[in-house]
Amino acid sequence: MSITVLNPGLLTTVQDQGRIGYQQFGVSVSGVMDPRSAALANIIAGNDQGEAVLECTMMGPQLQFDQANVIAITGGDLGPTLDGKAIPGYTAVAVQAGQVLRFTAPKAGCRAFIAFAGGLDVPVVMGSRSTYMKAKIGGFQGRKLEKGDQIGFRAPVKSLSHMEDRHIPPEFSPRPVYVLRVVLGPQDDAFTSAGIDTFLSGTYTVTPEFDRMGCRLDGPAIAHKDGGDIISDGIAFGAIQVPSAGTPIIMLGDRQTTGGYTKIATVITADFRILAQLKAGDKVQFVKVPVEHAQNLLLAQRRALKALSKINA
Amino acid sequence: MADVRFLLTGDTSVCVEFGNEISEPINAQIRAFNIALSNSSIPGIVETVPTYRSLMVHYDPEVIRCAPLMDELKGLLGQLDKIVIPPSEVLEIPVLYGGEMGPDLPFVAEHAGKTEEEVIKIHTSTEYLIYMLGFTPGFTYLGGMSDEIATPRLKTPRVKIPAGAVGIAGSQTGVYPIESPGGWQLIGRTPVRMYDSGRETPILPQAGQYIKFYAIDQAEYDKIAAQEAAEGYTVKRHPRKEGGK
Repeated sequence: MSITVLNPGLLTTVQDQGRIGYQQFGVSVSGVMDPRSAALANIIAGNDQGEAVLECTMMGPQLQFDQANVIAITGGDLGPTLDGKAIPGYTAVAVQAGQVLRFTAPKAGCRAFIAFAGGLDVPVVMGSRSTYMKAKIGGFQGRKLEKGDQIGFRAPVKSLSHMEDRHIPPEFSPRPVYVLRVVLGPQDDAFTSAGIDTFLSGTYTVTPEFDRMGCRLDGPAIAHKDGGDIISDGIAFGAIQVPSAGTPIIMLGDRQTTGGYTKIATVITADFRILAQLKAGDKVQFVKVPVEHAQNLLLAQRRALKALSKINA
Repeated sequence: MADVRFLLTGDTSVCVEFGNEISEPINAQIRAFNIALSNSSIPGIVETVPTYRSLMVHYDPEVIRCAPLMDELKGLLGQLDKIVIPPSEVLEIPVLYGGEMGPDLPFVAEHAGKTEEEVIKIHTSTEYLIYMLGFTPGFTYLGGMSDEIATPRLKTPRVKIPAGAVGIAGSQTGVYPIESPGGWQLIGRTPVRMYDSGRETPILPQAGQYIKFYAIDQAEYDKIAAQEAAEGYTVKRHPRKEGGK
């Protein structure tokens, strides 16, 4: 085997860009909470953007390498060290057999993504290597990592071309208040105009009820016209549900495919990289943008990723 | 189709809403639209998610942007009456009712003021529309169960319900596709695997199909269970006749 888990950390799972095409059967998409950061880690490690990575939450794992490989860590700064020496994020790092990767403490953000050159050797289930914990599907035995788990590499390398150039500036920096841009809908007409104003002008606080399914916020209650229940319909990544109590819940990777609460707006895809790094106590404000603008931002991000993957190919 | 609404669900999907009630005609429109969409040449469609009264369409904005997609979808709606939609399929699901497999059948019968045999007869007499799947992989939201056998949920949910358990909750009925906790009144169990991640088609039921349960005995149950464990059991299915039954 190639990695031995000495300590799994708080919540470490194998994730790729998600299980696409099975929502109609009730299968959650799962996938990394921050697709952009995971894609960047893969590009730096010489992989396809969509390769499976380890998603680490708050307290990262301790992993012993049993085989040499090249890794890259992106997303939040959880304080990575190799054999006790700090290693930089957003940088290709060659690791040797016997070395131990540890994370000391979260310094910025909440989630880090570790890419391994050549990818992890876990089975593809319904087109994806993502872990879907609720249904015990995919990833490493359908669950989060535990002490003693051993995971293989598919195609490890001792080094990559232009190792010294495989570095980009870290993207996430903490802020006193995070702005999440949203597209209003699908049920924005279920709220009073005062309710919409409350949503767009209020400051919300991330609560500890924050897992891979959703992120519950605390703050000014958003007024419905006639309650927060609807006949169940589909739920997008980033959908902001507002049940009758009036406080929002942002739906994330492991969300159920359908739900029966009004959704006031959806966080734009370009801002998932911020959303994924929020932690309890962080402050959030919402700003509405037209869908065309949201798509321009997303496509610009994708073009930049493509350009970068060509340089690092 | 006058009251079909297009609702924005972010920058990579749109929800096409056909109405605001749970009804078979609305669900039939969704099924027709979903089939028409999958047969269409509209580019950039990633996946679709049918629900009680809407179809969520996930798309790649790199291939098609929001406004042109909406125009295409509206155009498709306008042609729906010209598109021939095949009849829905009925899946025949064998169930071993009562006994260990259906520990709550006596309670359901008592609550309905009927015998266990009468409950089974009523439960197997209807073709139930699969309005949608959700909650867990392969979980069907079925419509059409007789109010005569409607029974409230258990006061204390069970911690572990086996895959294949057939239950009643209020006026809903359904099958647990995977082992999970739950509060439904269990009246029987099917040996058919509604979900098997190793299968070419992991999930058996599809939204828009119908399920018809039929009663089997222990010997038949064991036989089908053995087939499922070996090469797999092929569920009987037939096209639904207009008006059902």
